[in-house]
Amino acid sequence: MKLATRKLVGAGLTGATGAAALIIVIMLGFILWDVVAGGWTRLSLEFVTQAPTEGMTAGGIFPAIYGTAVLTLLMTVAVMPVGVLTAVYLHEYAPRDSRLAELVRVAVQNLAGVPSIVFGLFGLGFFIQFLGRNLDRALSAEGVLRFGQPALVWAALTLAVLTLPVVIVSTEEALRAVPREWRDASLALGATRSQTLARVILPSAVPGILTGAILAVARGAGEVAPILFTGVAYFLPDLPNGPFSQFMHLGYHVYVLATQSTDVEATKPLLYATVLVLLSLTFLLNLIAIVLRARTRRAAAAGT
Amino acid sequence: MSPDTATAAAPRPKMEARKLQIAYGTKVAVKDVDLVLPEKRVTALIGPSGCGKSTFLRALNRMNDLIPGATMQGEVLLDGESVVDGRLDAVELRRRVGMVFQKSNPFPKSIFENVAYGLRVAGMNDKGLLLERVIRSLQGSALWDEVKDRLHESAMGLSGGQQQRLCIARALAIQPEVLLMDEPASALDPIATAKIEDLIHELKAKYTIAIVTHNMQQAARVSDQTAFFYMGELVEVGPTEQIFTNPREPRTEDYVTGKFG
Repeated sequence: MKLATRKLVGAGLTGATGAAALIIVIMLGFILWDVVAGGWTRLSLEFVTQAPTEGMTAGGIFPAIYGTAVLTLLMTVAVMPVGVLTAVYLHEYAPRDSRLAELVRVAVQNLAGVPSIVFGLFGLGFFIQFLGRNLDRALSAEGVLRFGQPALVWAALTLAVLTLPVVIVSTEEALRAVPREWRDASLALGATRSQTLARVILPSAVPGILTGAILAVARGAGEVAPILFTGVAYFLPDLPNGPFSQFMHLGYHVYVLATQSTDVEATKPLLYATVLVLLSLTFLLNLIAIVLRARTRRAAAAGT
Repeated sequence: MSPDTATAAAPRPKMEARKLQIAYGTKVAVKDVDLVLPEKRVTALIGPSGCGKSTFLRALNRMNDLIPGATMQGEVLLDGESVVDGRLDAVELRRRVGMVFQKSNPFPKSIFENVAYGLRVAGMNDKGLLLERVIRSLQGSALWDEVKDRLHESAMGLSGGQQQRLCIARALAIQPEVLLMDEPASALDPIATAKIEDLIHELKAKYTIAIVTHNMQQAARVSDQTAFFYMGELVEVGPTEQIFTNPREPRTEDYVTGKFG
């Protein structure tokens, strides 16, 4: 190839890869611009603090914000201990050629590939029909459904199952990154394995574990399919008054406004503003987790 | 120290390996080694890379237990008591037989917490007692003057040589009886190395020391007894002066005079 041709090919490749990378920025920019431009005017303090009124063509979306936040929080509380403990077992305690560990890893990988609507059906079948109904049979009066119906806690648990692989994989990654020398040093000083885990390994894995939490929250906060059958409600005049109430959710509210409205023109600005709030909330949750991670990472590296 | 005075002092055996054989899977790394570490003496383990000296050292505090596939036969005695048959468990053994690694490996914690670590895991919580032990250990490893004003700063901010002396202080804090050192100065500059060697001279008054080294001069300078390993076998062991000036085995002579290795 002549020099000129080579230069041309080089420039062409730079251009092609650059353009490909640019597409994603343009798409994001377009989405954000559209959402902000459409929703900005409708956004107000009332909008984020009031309940919807007049058949959801006016008023605010506070119940949906509240529901989303509580749901995500409950999900995180449920998924983190199970995910972290599973990863600790896999990486620290399972024998090297353990069949069980292999089985768990395969299960985790496959779990990550299951479509989210299937998790929704699973949640309905397992948590509500099986667990909830049996709790009712054991604890509630004859014919009363207290546990065996869609509720905040079942939706949160379904989301927790959905996000479990993310937490397990990133925690195991974090444990793998802890230098072997630290384990050796700890054990050589007469520490037991569990002391080494609690005092050396887990503290230095915290930033990585928080990364797992970030990814889980980011994934879980926006999912609608898994909560569809397990707890979300079309409209509720009141906030959920406990883990066994139904709740409103921003993602589902967007779907409702977009498809079920009786007055499309009146709903449109509300729809835009709701999407804007959903994006902002997800962004804010991410931001908090990132700041938290940066702080603990600095502290872990400095060791103070 | 001449061979005569060494035998005249006749220190009692602190640790002893009998017919020790260690394998990784099917590969035998240490073959049939009998070696005594005399009390309050420094024993240097020398030999070319891969000769089994580090593996032997790690058998003495059972760090090889952590390597999957490693198996051990034979006997290791501490004060005449077996450390392999389960009467003395690994955690208890490692409190009595401390170790300093080739690469300095302080925890990402403060200087104070690094030294206090072994005490804390052993259940010591008394602040005053901890501080006293930390200070004494740092003095013992000749690091105190350099760090006394920044005990609560991160250990990661120390230089390589300081980090290694911190690791020695950390090992000393739990007051072991034996100190195992795996090439403790191989990653250090000559000045830091000299400090470590001076330290070994001082520590010998209180501890039984075994040191793996690639540096012939270092072995000659710091040790009372030298053991030469080759291909997993203990070729020769004797007073350091004799090993370096008048070895019995031709292989030892070739190695210490630099013909191979």
